[in-house]
Amino acid sequence: MSAVATPIKDHRALRFLTAGSVDDGKSTLIGRLLFDSRAILADQLDTLEKRAAGAPIDLSLLTDGLEAEREQGITIDVAYRYFATKQRKFIIADAPGHEQYTRNMVTAAAGSDAAVVLVDITKLDTHAVPPAAGQDAVSHVTLLPQTRRHALLAHLLRVPSIVFAVNKLDAVSDPAQAFEAVSTALHAFAKQAGIEVAGIIPVSALRGDNVTQPLDATWYNGPSLLQLLESLPALQERKDGDLLIPVQYVSREGEGTGNQPRSLYGRVAHGRVKAGDTVQLFPSNQIATVAEVRLAGEVVDVVEAGQSAGVVLDRQLDVSRGDWIATPQTIHEAQRFSAMLAWLDTEPAVVGRKYWVRHGNRWVQARIASIESRLDIHTLDAIEASQLAVNEIGHVIIETQQALPVESYESNRVGGSLIIVDPASNRTSGALLVKGAA
Amino acid sequence: MNAPLTVEQLLPALDHTHLDWLEEEAIFILRETVAAFERPALLFSGGKDSCVVLRLAEKAFKSKGKDGEYKGRLPFPLLHVDTGHNFPEVIEFRDRRIAEMGERLVVGHLEDSIKRGTVRLSHPLESRNGHQTVALLEAIEEHRFDVLMGGARRDEEKARAKERIFSHRDSFGQWQPKEQRPELWTLFNTRIKPGEHMRAFPISNWTELDVWLYIARENIPLPSLYYKHERQVIRRKGLLVPLTEVTPPEAGETVETTEVRFRTVGDMTCTCPVESPAANATEIVAETLKVTVSERGATRMDDRTSDASMERRKKEGYF
Repeated sequence: MSAVATPIKDHRALRFLTAGSVDDGKSTLIGRLLFDSRAILADQLDTLEKRAAGAPIDLSLLTDGLEAEREQGITIDVAYRYFATKQRKFIIADAPGHEQYTRNMVTAAAGSDAAVVLVDITKLDTHAVPPAAGQDAVSHVTLLPQTRRHALLAHLLRVPSIVFAVNKLDAVSDPAQAFEAVSTALHAFAKQAGIEVAGIIPVSALRGDNVTQPLDATWYNGPSLLQLLESLPALQERKDGDLLIPVQYVSREGEGTGNQPRSLYGRVAHGRVKAGDTVQLFPSNQIATVAEVRLAGEVVDVVEAGQSAGVVLDRQLDVSRGDWIATPQTIHEAQRFSAMLAWLDTEPAVVGRKYWVRHGNRWVQARIASIESRLDIHTLDAIEASQLAVNEIGHVIIETQQALPVESYESNRVGGSLIIVDPASNRTSGALLVKGAA
Repeated sequence: MNAPLTVEQLLPALDHTHLDWLEEEAIFILRETVAAFERPALLFSGGKDSCVVLRLAEKAFKSKGKDGEYKGRLPFPLLHVDTGHNFPEVIEFRDRRIAEMGERLVVGHLEDSIKRGTVRLSHPLESRNGHQTVALLEAIEEHRFDVLMGGARRDEEKARAKERIFSHRDSFGQWQPKEQRPELWTLFNTRIKPGEHMRAFPISNWTELDVWLYIARENIPLPSLYYKHERQVIRRKGLLVPLTEVTPPEAGETVETTEVRFRTVGDMTCTCPVESPAANATEIVAETLKVTVSERGATRMDDRTSDASMERRKKEGYF
């Protein structure tokens, strides 16, 4: 079709979350991204113009989805938005910043490739303070607690790329000096917290400066926010090394013909699988050889991490949803493990109570054996605690009724993540990130 | 940056990778639904989104033969709520497709609900779109479905931007926006109580453009009215209202014949075509890239009544 080779390395959509507090311009920034990339269509603009009644249209209104929210003037829930440039497709998980921020941020961060943390420069004191002897004046800028909190939460959930968008540069008298001061403070904070920063970008969402169009200024020659986002990698579990597949669905195809083999379907968590491979099943520990692998209804040579495989084995074994297919001798089971628990339910976590947990495709009963500590989400310091309430995060010990092949969340998201469900209400009450066996 | 993109500009960069990724996600969600529930059904209206989901279901549950056809049978029936005001081309297409594929169709008739008295129309030509909900919930109850898979997308409308992939409905079939379950990673919470049900949306993350690109790439059959054809229409409030027995001209209006296609296919009383010379999916992709009016805004009379009309209907159990 086109003879020109595209220089783009990553064609996959970039899923990113946006984190910010009320009034720091997050909705305007998203509105700007959608508007400038032409994801906003004429009738949607009509609606905005009607509401603006002659005043300049408010781009932030593009993202407040529900009537209930418009009544209250806040956003309640994570919303998903879509836009595309010539280079990339984007999915925004827009996490609102009011009091339910932790729950929303955890939801938006799970599965995101990047986080854009908004910093409202007008809320910071960026004026040069007379430097003390031997000290740099700009290091005096104190970041807002929410900036630290948003970045730390994204880091805790292992969002691969963390970007700071320093907003409202149109509203400060000396943007060059102010941006320099905030940049220095952000770098210092990130270094201390162990966060690798993917970029610090000055923007004015209101005016559109440096959001999609590069900034025309002598003091900044970096990318626009959109240029940076276009270049970030999408999350990818490793394709090399040992295989792990949670069995999602066992087909009954060939029903009636008697001895046709069943297909075991599941998304490959890591590694790859092909015909002839020897695999071990968990929890039965049976060994089998892969006879055939399928992808989307067709027999293929190999299926790798991130793809939904259909695996046919060379013999009939007792396998069901919730089991695992793995390279032999690579699964380590645990019935007791330590984890970070992000509590999402308005009813506090109760130690000793039986909950449902889902790990991979298996539901088992489990209980919180103990709460070790609670995290101060401003500093990530561990604080002594005996309970966890909504929006709180803590270190816990979990005991499950059956052994599970848990891995650390750090090493593998599929083996390292679980949800907790309240058996009485069926609400999703918590998210667990495994640290290790306990 | 503000110039419209062309197919040539977009397709090389897309490189099919994005469609492959969306396809994988949809197949994953379809298998999850069938594995986690006892009595699933797939909503099939003959509309383009449900045709895409049907193809994805073939890929998820059937085997492709050497002739390119998918062999086997889906592990669930298809469900259609017939308002009695459907375009005849669509009903004909629905029945032909399902017969070709050898699948099982369950039809919930709004006429039956009207006869039972569970639906009362305020006037005979009223839009039946909102009333579909009653017939849908009656079909769910009659067949004891515990999950319905459907082709809704988050980019269709603002109220849908916050919809989950697995969306819980209470025992009255109602959607509670404030009670939605957080969805973390792909660890879906599919637990429900007796009498409740779920909706599952495998193409949540697709845009209208993705749908058309996929239809073009996969050669998915669609009802003929998605492509250009001559039709008698009435121009009303910026919309082209198709002339049908249930949408007659009002006093002073003139009927004209023009070349149109439908972007969505719903109840005849509230679905409007757009003027277009696009004769196939690729031409529609090109048009979609230049489009300036959102899908529902151009074609749905009932969504124009209020900025929040979709949210209200969803709370009542609308799909």
